[in-house]
Amino acid sequence: MNNPIQNLNKVFDSRVRLGIMSTLMVNDEINFNDLKQLIDVTDGNLASHMKSLEDSAYVKVNKGFIGRKTNTTYAVTKAGQKAFQQHLDALEKMIKTMK
Amino acid sequence: MAHQNQSLQDLQHIKNMMERSSRFISLSGLSGISAGLCALLGASIAHSKISLYHHEHSTLFNEDRGTYIFRTGVYSLINELVLIALLTFVAAFISSFLFTYLRSKKAGIPLWGSTSIRLFWNTIIPLFAGGLFLLRCLQFGQYELIAPGCLIFYGLALVNASKYTLGEVRYLGYGQLILGIINLWMVGYGLYFWAIGFGILHIIYGLLMWFKYERASITSKNE
Repeated sequence: MNNPIQNLNKVFDSRVRLGIMSTLMVNDEINFNDLKQLIDVTDGNLASHMKSLEDSAYVKVNKGFIGRKTNTTYAVTKAGQKAFQQHLDALEKMIKTMK
Repeated sequence: MAHQNQSLQDLQHIKNMMERSSRFISLSGLSGISAGLCALLGASIAHSKISLYHHEHSTLFNEDRGTYIFRTGVYSLINELVLIALLTFVAAFISSFLFTYLRSKKAGIPLWGSTSIRLFWNTIIPLFAGGLFLLRCLQFGQYELIAPGCLIFYGLALVNASKYTLGEVRYLGYGQLILGIINLWMVGYGLYFWAIGFGILHIIYGLLMWFKYERASITSKNE
């Protein structure tokens, strides 16, 4: 029997990244401040987790402006959707082994 | 075992984040109750105005259409009823807003976020279209259609809104729709249907939601 943990995606190891991905899966796009409030983390913390998700090409960033203020929005990529779905399946499998 | 518990917690976290980010869940059950009470109060004032009118003016009952033929003073009565309906709506809106505001403040979720904006627009579009339709009904003298029209359009608005807030709102919407449709074939009892739909259904819904979501959170905080 192979180890079920190996199917879990290391990138989704943190609660913050899990939160980001869950939110992006059900929203077309979401801006930085709304995300910060939802997940309840500091600017720096969210930015660094975002960076690693960006590096894995799971999220895409869209930097825009509302008037003069910057408005950064995020959306999930196709690869991100696929990876997250696989992670969910792996979690499901893990729980099933309890029986 | 530790891994499995971890997985379960992760899944719960994912579910929670999906809910919180896509639905406006601060809607308070108390809002439903207060809106229902406002509606009952409005309906009882309207009822007394109508009976007063019937008392003061002789009206004939048209057997063919199953409706009243109004005589003098009907326009002032209708103006009064429209005014009562608008005031009831405003009172219900303000009181329900207040309880939802308090709940969202307690939960630390901003009242005016992307989820509430989405909920607002998806509720207001059917209501606005319905409101214009009913205004034209009034202008054409189709008074029988007002009460069922209110219930049907409100029901549709709720069914639509349920995708953006607590899912149970859908059942409240079905209830209003069914009442409105029955009312279409029982014209003349509009005020009673109106009171059941906007009053009693709201109160029942509000009580159920309060027991399901808010009472639990109060007791768990006390423990």
